[in-house]
Amino acid sequence: MAPAEIRTAIIDILGDIAPDEDLSNLDDQQSFRDQMELDSMDFLDIVMELRKRYRVQVPEEDYTNLDSMASTVSYLTPKMVAVA
Amino acid sequence: MPKDFLKGASDSYDVVVIGSGLGGLTAANILARDGMKVLLLEQHYKLGGLATWFKRPGGHIFDISLHGFPHGMVKSCRRYWSKEIADSIVQLERVRFDNPMFALTTSFDRKDFTDLLTTKFGIQQTKVVQFFDAARGMNFFDDQQRTTKQLFEEFFPGREDVVRLLMEPITYANGSTLEDPAITYGIVFSNFMSKGVFVFQGGTDKLVKAMEKEMKRNGVDVRINCDVEKINVVGDKVRSVEVNGRTIETKAVVSNANLRSTIFDLVGEEKLDDSFVQNAKAVRLNNSSTQVYMAMQDGDTVPRETGDLLFCSTAERFQTDLLLSRDITSRTFSFYYPDTRPEGKGRTLIVSSTNANYSDWENLNKEQYEASKTDLVEGTLDALEKYVPNCRERIVHAEAATPITFEHYTKHVNGSSFGTKFEGLTVSRALPEQIDGLYHAGSCGIIMSGWLGTINYGVIVANDVINQISSAPTVAT
Repeated sequence: MAPAEIRTAIIDILGDIAPDEDLSNLDDQQSFRDQMELDSMDFLDIVMELRKRYRVQVPEEDYTNLDSMASTVSYLTPKMVAVA
Repeated sequence: MPKDFLKGASDSYDVVVIGSGLGGLTAANILARDGMKVLLLEQHYKLGGLATWFKRPGGHIFDISLHGFPHGMVKSCRRYWSKEIADSIVQLERVRFDNPMFALTTSFDRKDFTDLLTTKFGIQQTKVVQFFDAARGMNFFDDQQRTTKQLFEEFFPGREDVVRLLMEPITYANGSTLEDPAITYGIVFSNFMSKGVFVFQGGTDKLVKAMEKEMKRNGVDVRINCDVEKINVVGDKVRSVEVNGRTIETKAVVSNANLRSTIFDLVGEEKLDDSFVQNAKAVRLNNSSTQVYMAMQDGDTVPRETGDLLFCSTAERFQTDLLLSRDITSRTFSFYYPDTRPEGKGRTLIVSSTNANYSDWENLNKEQYEASKTDLVEGTLDALEKYVPNCRERIVHAEAATPITFEHYTKHVNGSSFGTKFEGLTVSRALPEQIDGLYHAGSCGIIMSGWLGTINYGVIVANDVINQISSAPTVAT
């Protein structure tokens, strides 16, 4: 997957996890938490969805990489390069 | 011949879940939903652990721990269970306090609390906002040395009345005290404060039955009356469990049993590192409880203004030792109005809860024990009289549960009703590092207690298990 596709995949997951949030104005550089109401269970759900949908494993010590859209995409890019 | 409760069970599973408290149920459901072959073993004849209920002649159904949980349950139930379950969650509208310092009723959300603190308690608005933000900003990685008492001292110095208002409901919800780490308070309080206190309409029986149905739909093999005796470990890896005379092989075990009984009874300390064993031994159990269950006669009820949850106390001051004392001065009354079970018989039930020490009950002989239970019921009726006039004539059934009762039904060490103190969480999380494939997902560490805490912990641990099993090298066949 290319970075732009990964971004779309994350937006899809976020849309399911936080159905009430407007994601069209998301600032990729800014922390997710500053822009929407996400708690630690929401982050775990993102991780679980990534595994379920794309077979990508995110170990607990890497969760900090999921802070913003930009950091998430750059963290996932090498992991998802082989994902169709 | 005794009934075989494991009839038709396989000889091997991907995961065996021991215990069907809400944490065990949720872990089993998530694992099965992910395609794992899961066996759930419950020692009791009913699922639910302390999320339970019992029936008495006359159509009375008593809930043990239904009242109440944070709004986060809606989200957790929708995601980890079903929309049907989430849709039955409703708010408790009246949380009432009555003690020598103040008397008030609140909807128990941030807005109402802010109004109360500024108008009734005379606290500056900015201070209140700062406090809520500080509590909300706390997380697991923060300073663990600061106590809840110190947190309150910082924001509301000398204001024991404010402390009482902010702390008493949390003590009821998870047994935590002013001496516990401030972060445990901050996390739990913020959960409740987001939107108020909630309950599952239809009763605990309806909830647990809906969960059972959902689990079975997802393929969990559910077995009651199956008391696991041993978790077999070979090398540093889980191999199997011993239950009802059978050995069942498994890649992983999720224990929803008490943390200490998991480590010391089911596994055995000889299988673990010395330093881990020392840490595990140092884990303090949280306190137990007493409860008094009272049923009003058919057709009788109390006005809604009486409250859904009533924190009442005659103690002049708010202190941990007073809250746990046998000489009870503080009680939480849960009023279960007829709409708790809209399809039920329209009964009103009242459950009084008080935190208690196991040690105050463990060494009584049969006579003393029965006399103490009678005292407990009588004292409770005396206290209830203020809120439900002539209650002795109107209540047709009353009985008590003690720490011994909780121990008997849940097999929790010392009848602990809220798992362990904070340090238990670190030990619980470190268990898989000791033994490959062994996990604990039970009430512990205060923040993983209560209905929402245990459900979420079940999800967290299920995620760990899925990671372990799906990353294990596959053996070529």
